Amino acid sequence: MSLFRLKGFPGTGSFEHGIHPPENKGLSEDSRVEVMGIPDMVALPMSQHVGAPCKQIVEPKQNVKYGEMIGVGETFISASIHSPVSGTVKNNSTVTLPTGRHLPAVTIKSSDEDQLDPNILWQEMTSNDWPKDVSGYDASTIPDIIKNSGIVGLGGAAFPTHVKFIKNDKKPIDVVLINGCECEPYLTCDYRMMIEAPHAIVTGALLGARALSAKEIIIGIEDNKPEAVRKLKEAASGTPIKIVVLKTKYPQGSEKSLIKSVLGLEVPLGGLPGDVGVAVSNVGSIAAVAMAVIKGRPLTHRVVSVSGRGITNPKNLFVPIGIAMGELIDFCGGLTPDAGRLIAGGPMMGFSFSDLSTPVTKGSSGITVITNQELTQPEETSCIRCGRCVDACPMRLVPTRLALASRYKNPEVLMKYYINACFECGCCAHVCPAKINLVQLIRSGKRFLATQHTAKKGN
Amino acid sequence: MPDINKSTDITGETAPAIHVAPSPHILDTGSVTKQMMLDVIISLIPVIAASVFLFRLYAVKQILLCTISCLAAEFIFEKMRGKSTTIKDFSAAVTGIVLVFSLPPGAPWYATVIGAFAAIGLGKVLFGGVGMNIFNPAMVGRAFAIMAFTQQLGASAYENLSGVADAVSGATPLTALKYDGVHTALTNLILGDTAGSLGETSVIACVLGGIYLIYRKAASWEIPVSILITMTLISSFVDLVGGYSGVFLYHHLFGGATMFGAFFIATDPVTSPLSFKGKIYFGIGIGFLTMVMRMYSGYPECFMFAVLLMNAVTPLINRFSIPIPLGWK
Repeated sequence: MSLFRLKGFPGTGSFEHGIHPPENKGLSEDSRVEVMGIPDMVALPMSQHVGAPCKQIVEPKQNVKYGEMIGVGETFISASIHSPVSGTVKNNSTVTLPTGRHLPAVTIKSSDEDQLDPNILWQEMTSNDWPKDVSGYDASTIPDIIKNSGIVGLGGAAFPTHVKFIKNDKKPIDVVLINGCECEPYLTCDYRMMIEAPHAIVTGALLGARALSAKEIIIGIEDNKPEAVRKLKEAASGTPIKIVVLKTKYPQGSEKSLIKSVLGLEVPLGGLPGDVGVAVSNVGSIAAVAMAVIKGRPLTHRVVSVSGRGITNPKNLFVPIGIAMGELIDFCGGLTPDAGRLIAGGPMMGFSFSDLSTPVTKGSSGITVITNQELTQPEETSCIRCGRCVDACPMRLVPTRLALASRYKNPEVLMKYYINACFECGCCAHVCPAKINLVQLIRSGKRFLATQHTAKKGN
Repeated sequence: MPDINKSTDITGETAPAIHVAPSPHILDTGSVTKQMMLDVIISLIPVIAASVFLFRLYAVKQILLCTISCLAAEFIFEKMRGKSTTIKDFSAAVTGIVLVFSLPPGAPWYATVIGAFAAIGLGKVLFGGVGMNIFNPAMVGRAFAIMAFTQQLGASAYENLSGVADAVSGATPLTALKYDGVHTALTNLILGDTAGSLGETSVIACVLGGIYLIYRKAASWEIPVSILITMTLISSFVDLVGGYSGVFLYHHLFGGATMFGAFFIATDPVTSPLSFKGKIYFGIGIGFLTMVMRMYSGYPECFMFAVLLMNAVTPLINRFSIPIPLGWK
C-alpha cells in the first residue's frame, strides 16, 4: 500500500507492485523534436493496429497525394491508412514487422512535386493558437473524423482510437484520462509532445470529452517529468482539465495501472476501460485527434524517439509513418560500434529487430539501441521460489508458476493461475534472480493454451 | 540508409553482432540468486559474531566444520549426479551456517559432519538440487543428527562446556523453565548469554541480522512477522490463564529458536509459500505448531518440527492461496 495519497482523486497515485528500472531518459529528453525531410520511399503495412487489416484501395503505378487514403478500415475495429507523401505506388510487397508479422504493404516512391512540407505539420501541432473552446464542433461527428483519419493509440498498443470515443448511453464515460506517463525506460517521445505541443494535447482532450459528454478530463504524468507537468498546467489553464502527478514506477503507463493509480478502479479482466466509465488515450494520440478534427490532418506522421547508448546522437524525430527505421538511425549519426540490439519501442516491452528497412508504423514510439555491455545473457538457474516476480507483477499473478507450467505444458495450472491476465510487461523477468525467461515462457504458454482450445473445438 | 557492416567500416572495427531476443531487454543485474545468498550470509554476521563471542572456540570450530562439510557434500553429490556443481551460488554455505546455528555448541564432530551430509544429500540433492527441495535442508540435517545422536546432542552437549562463561553452559532457558521451573532473566535472553544452540541465544543479533535480511529483500517480512505475532498471542493467552506474570511469554518469544528460526529458518524461500496470503498462513502454522508442541511434547524446543511440518504442507498452501488478479470479479 502506498502512503502517497492524491489530493482530489480517489486513487493513491500508485498501484500495487511494479518495478523501478533505470530510466535512462536523460539521453534524449532535452533534444527538441527535429523534423525529418521527405524520404524517397515509404512502406505502409496494411495492418498497423489492433483489429481487422485494411483493404488496399490503390493500384501499383497509381499516383497518390499527401494525405490520400490508401487502405480503408472497413470493419468497426480497424483504422484506415493514409499516404504521408505524394508519389507513385510501387508493386505490392510484403514487410516483416519487429513483432514477426509478415504483412502486405503499399510502397510509395515519393515524387518531386506536390509535397507537403512536414515542417508545416509540426508547426501546426506545436502552435499556441489551439482553441480552448470546442463547443462549436459537432460531438457526434468526432468519432467518424477520428476513424477516417486513421488514428490509433500511439503509445504502442495501436488500438483504434475512435472506438473509445463513440458515445454509448448504456455505458456512459465519466472520465477522459490522458496518459502522459511514458513509463518505459529511454523513450521520450511523449515527454517531448507534452513539452512542445501541450496546446494540441489540451484541445484534443477537450474534443474527446465533448464526443463522450464526459464530466472529467484528467492528464496523468509521472513525477519524474516536472517540466511536462508545468507546460500542461499552463496550457490547460482556463479549462476544466486536471493534471495529476503520479509516482514514477513501471508500468504506470499501462492503462489498467493508470486507472488504478488515478481513480482507484480496477478494469475487469478481459474488459476495457469503458467498463469502469473511463476512456484512456495517450498524449500523442489525443494530439492527433486535435489535428484531425480541427486541421483536417489524417495521421501520417508521428514523433519517434531514437535513443540508447548504441546511438551516436540520441534524438526525438517527427517522421512520416512508413519511413525505414534505418533512415532514422542514420539521421541520428548511426550506430556506435558496440551497438548490440535494436529495439522497436522501449526495452521492457519493445520488439527487437535486425532489418533496418523495417518501416516505422503508427505504434512505433521509439527505437532503442542497447550496447553489448548492457546486454546481459546470464545462464538460467533453478527457481528458488523467492517470490520477487510475485512482488513485481502489477496484475497480481504468480509468474514463476505460469512460466514453469508453460514450459511443462500444463493447461490446468495455466488456467488456475490466470495466464490470460498477463500483459507481458516484463517486470517479473526483469527482477528474477534465477534469470528465467519468464515472459517468453508465459507467451508460449498462452499460444499453447490457444491451440489446446482450438484443438478441442475441432473435435 | 546505414548498413550495419558499412557503418562500422568507417571506424575500422568488425561488424557488430545485432542480437534478436524477446522482451524484456534489460534485466536487473543486481538481482541474482548468488547475491541473495550472499545477503543471507551478510545478515548472519551479527549472529556469527554473537556466537563466537559467547561460545568461543566451540563456535569457531563448529561453524567451520559444518560449512565446509556442507560445501564438500554439495560438491561430491553434484559430481556424482554428473551435474555442474552449484557451490558458487553460496546456497550450501547458507545451509551449513543455518544448520550449525541450530546445533548445540558441544556437538561431537561426527554428528555435525553427518548432519551436514544429511542436510545436503537428503534435504537438497535427493530432490534435484537447489530450488527443488520440499524440506528446509538445514532442518532435515538437524532432524537426522538429533535422531541419530540423541545422546550426544542431548543435554550434555549444552551443559558440559569448558572455557566459556558459566552462563552459556547449562540447561537451556526453555528446558529450565519446562522441567525445573527456573527463570532466565529477560536481559540475558535478549543479549544472549544463556545456554542454547550456537546461533539462537542472542535475540538482539538475530533481530539485527533479520532486519538487514528483510531490507535486502532476501527474505519476506510476512513470515517472521506472522510467526512472532502468533507466538505472542498464544503465549500471552497461556501466560494470562496460568498466571505466569509475563515469564512464560518472554521465555517463549525470546528463548529457544524463536527469533533465529523466525528470521533465518522459516524464511528459506524454496520451502515457503509464494504469495502474501500463503506466507501468512505458513507463519501462523509455524507459530501455532511450535507453541503446541513446546507445551505438550516431550521436547522443550520444537521449532524445527513445526518448520518441517509446514514445509510439507507448503505445496498445499500454495494451491489454496493463489492471489486474485487485478480486475478479477
